[in-house]
Amino acid sequence: MIEAWVIGTLARTLAYGTPLLLGTLGEIYSERSGVVNLGVEGMMIMGAISAFATAFTTGNPWLGILVAAIAGGLAALVHAFASITLRANQVVSGLALTMLGLGLSGLFGKGFEGKPLDSTISNVTVPLLKDIPYLGKILFIDQNPIVYISIVLTPILSYILFKTSIGITIRSVGENPAAADSAGINVWKVRYACVLLGGVLAGIAGGYLSIAYRPAWTQGMTGGMGWLVIALTIFASWKPGRGLVGAYIFGALIHLSYRLQPFVAPQLLKMMPYAFAILALVALAIGPGKQKSEEPNSLMEPYVRGEK
Amino acid sequence: MNEKTTPLIKFDSVVKRFPGVVANDEVSFEVEEGTIHSLLGENGAGKTTLMKILYGLYRQNSGSIYLRGEKTEIDSPTKAIELGIGMVHQHFKLVSNHTVIENIALGLSDVSVTRPTQQIERKLIELAGKYGLEVDPRAKIWQLSAGEKQRVEILRALYRGAEILILDEPTSVLTPGETERLFGVLEEMVTGGKNVIFITHKLDEVMKISDRVTVLREGRVIDTLDTASTNKQELSKKMVGREVLFDLERNPCDRGENVLEVEGITGYNDKGVVAVDDLSFSVCEGEILGVAGVAGNGQRELAEVLTGLREATSGRVLINGKDLTNASPREIAEERVAHVPEDRIKQGIVGKLTLSDNAILKNYRKKPFSRGMFINYRKVKEWTKDLIEEFNVKVPGADTPANLLSGGNIQKLILGREVSSDPRLIIASHPTYGLDVGAAEQIRNLLLKQRDNGVAVLLISENLTEVTSLSDRIAVIFEGNLMGLVERNETTRDEIGMMMAGTRFEQLER
Repeated sequence: MIEAWVIGTLARTLAYGTPLLLGTLGEIYSERSGVVNLGVEGMMIMGAISAFATAFTTGNPWLGILVAAIAGGLAALVHAFASITLRANQVVSGLALTMLGLGLSGLFGKGFEGKPLDSTISNVTVPLLKDIPYLGKILFIDQNPIVYISIVLTPILSYILFKTSIGITIRSVGENPAAADSAGINVWKVRYACVLLGGVLAGIAGGYLSIAYRPAWTQGMTGGMGWLVIALTIFASWKPGRGLVGAYIFGALIHLSYRLQPFVAPQLLKMMPYAFAILALVALAIGPGKQKSEEPNSLMEPYVRGEK
Repeated sequence: MNEKTTPLIKFDSVVKRFPGVVANDEVSFEVEEGTIHSLLGENGAGKTTLMKILYGLYRQNSGSIYLRGEKTEIDSPTKAIELGIGMVHQHFKLVSNHTVIENIALGLSDVSVTRPTQQIERKLIELAGKYGLEVDPRAKIWQLSAGEKQRVEILRALYRGAEILILDEPTSVLTPGETERLFGVLEEMVTGGKNVIFITHKLDEVMKISDRVTVLREGRVIDTLDTASTNKQELSKKMVGREVLFDLERNPCDRGENVLEVEGITGYNDKGVVAVDDLSFSVCEGEILGVAGVAGNGQRELAEVLTGLREATSGRVLINGKDLTNASPREIAEERVAHVPEDRIKQGIVGKLTLSDNAILKNYRKKPFSRGMFINYRKVKEWTKDLIEEFNVKVPGADTPANLLSGGNIQKLILGREVSSDPRLIIASHPTYGLDVGAAEQIRNLLLKQRDNGVAVLLISENLTEVTSLSDRIAVIFEGNLMGLVERNETTRDEIGMMMAGTRFEQLER
C-alpha cells in the first residue's frame, strides 16, 4: 500500500516537474548570457493558451506545442528588444510581460474556458523498460513524451553550456560582456539567442500544461509556476543538472499539495512549494559562499560598448 | 629613411571626436616592420583611443589607416584579428570566473565546437614555451597574479596569429621584476618576427624597450623619433609641453605624536579571502606614511577598514588615541579623519549632484550649512565658491553637475572638501591616479602642505615615484602582509621593488 503510494507519487512527480524543468532550462540559458527574464510566467501562459487554441481548432496537439514555442519566442523577443537593444530595466520589462501574458491569455481564452480537448498528446508506456523493478513503474509506465524530451534535453543543454565553445561564449557574455566583445563576439546576438531559447522553452512548458498535463484551458492555469522557475534557476546555481533535481523536488511538492488534501488544510498545501522556494533561497544565501560565485557577473547589466 | 620600404602601419590624418573633445586630431605617423614602437603621452593624450581605432573598437571620424601599404577598413575587433592585430588592454578583458583555456577559446573561430579544450591546451603549452609565457592553462583567471593575467592576454593574441601586438600601459600593474620579464618576452617576440606597439607614459620604459617612439599630446602627434637619437629630457618636454620639476619641494620632516595607530588588523576582501593580514603601523603628526605595493595586495581593503567601510575581523585601530575599530564611517570622520577614496567617481562624489552639493556632502548637517531641516543654500554657494577658488577647480560654476568635471578637477574638489574640514589625519588612496602631470603636481603639493601643517597623512599609491618622493616613511605590503617599514632615506627603489614582489625587508641582501 505504502509502496504503491510512493511509486505513484514519484511517477506523478515527473509529470508535475516537467514544465518547471523546461522553464528552468530556458531561464538558465537566458541568465547565463546575462539577462534575467521575469516574464517566464507570462510566456508560459501565452504558450498554454496558444497551444490549446491551436490543438482545439486543428485537432493536432503537436502543432499546438509548436505554436506555443513560437508564442513564447515572440514574447521573449519583446523582452530581448527592450532589455538588450533598448537597455531598459530587465526587471520592469519582465514583469510587464508577465502581466501582459496573463491579461492577453485571459482575453483570448474566454471562448475556450471549460471546453474539453479531444486531441491531446497521450501518455506512453515503454515496452521492456517498464518491467524494470520500481524504476520501470516510476519512469516508463504512462508517461508523457514531453517528459522524456525534457529529460533528454537536460544533459544536452548542460554539455553545450559547459563543454563546447558555444557554451564558453554564452557564459563569457554573461560574466564579462566587454571581454567577449573584445574577443570578437557579438554580445547582442548571443543574448538575443539565449533569451529567445528561454522564451521558446517557457512556451513549450505552457503548451505541455494545457495539452498534455491537464488537457483543458483555465484562466491563470500556470498558477505561479513561472515564478518557481526563477527561484529554481538560482537554486540550481545556473546548472541544468541541478535544475532537473530542483524541478522534480518542486514537482513532488506540487503533486503532494493535491494528494495530502484529505489530511491538511489545502491553503497550507498550496503555499508549500512557494514557502519552500523562499526557504531554499534563504538557505543558499546564508550557506557556504560557493554558491554566490556561480551567479553570472553581469546579470541584469545591459552592455554598452566603450564603457569600462 | 629608405623610401622603398613600405611601413607596416601608416596612420594618415586620423581624427576621432567624442562629444566635447577631439581625442585624435589629424594623427599621422608610421610604424616600421620588426620594431617595438612606443606611443608616449600623458593620460588623455589620445594614445589608447588611437589604438582602439586600430583594433576596430572605435571608428575614426576621418582619415585612413594603411596596413603594409594597403588602405584598410577595420570596423570590428574580429576584422583586426583577421588582419593579425592583437591588443592587450590596460584593464584586462578576461572572464575571471573562467579558466585560462576557456578565455583563450572565447571567440576563436578555428576550433572544435564540441571539444575545444584539449586542442587548445596542447597549442597553448607549445606557444608558452616558445616565448617564455608560462601559465597554468587550467587555472581560473581570478587565481592568477596580474603578471600571469597579462601573459594570458598576450598568449590569446598570439594564439589568434597576431603579427602586431598592441600593449596598453602593460607595466602599470607589474612589479619591477615582472616588468623585466615582460620586456624579455617582447624582445623575444620581435626577434621571432612579430611587431609590438607599446603604449606608455613612462619615459624610462620608452628608452629601455623601444626602437622608435611617437609622442602624442592633446590628441596631436608632436614627433616621431628613433629612441637611439633622443633622451629622457627631450621626450618629457615634448610629452608635457614644458619642463617638469621631477622633485617636489620638501621641508625637513618634523614628527610629533601618533595620530593613527594600527595594531594587528586583519580584514577580508569581497571574495572572503584574507586581504589585510595582521598589519601594524602608526602615522604621526606631520608625517606622510606611504603604502607601496602592486595593485590588489590589500591596499583597498586597508583603506576601507581604516575608514569604517569594511569590517576588521581582528586587531585595533586607534585614532587620536581613541579606539575606533569597526566604528561607523561617520564616527571616524567626526574624529577629523579625511578620506580621499580610491575610486573618486564612484566613492568620492555623487556625479549627478551639483558641485556645491558635493562640496557639503560630509558636513551638510552642520552649521552654517544647515538650519534644522533645511539647507542654507546661500552659505553653501559662498563656501563652494571659496573652495573652487582656493583649490583651483576649473569649472563653469557651482551648479555644474560634478560628473562633468575632469578627473583632476574632481580630485581637487574632493581634496578641497576633505582638507577644509580641518583634518588630523588624511587617508589618501591613489590620489593622483590617472591625472595629468600638472594636476598631479598640485595634488601632491596640497598633501605636502597639509603635512607641514602637522596633519598625519597615510598615502596609499601604486605609483612608486610618488610614494618615494612624498613619503617620510614607506610601508610595503604584499598579499596583505607588511614586507617592511622603512625610512625613505634609508632605502632604494630596487629594495622597495623587491619587497613589492614579496621579499621581506629582513631577507633583503643589503
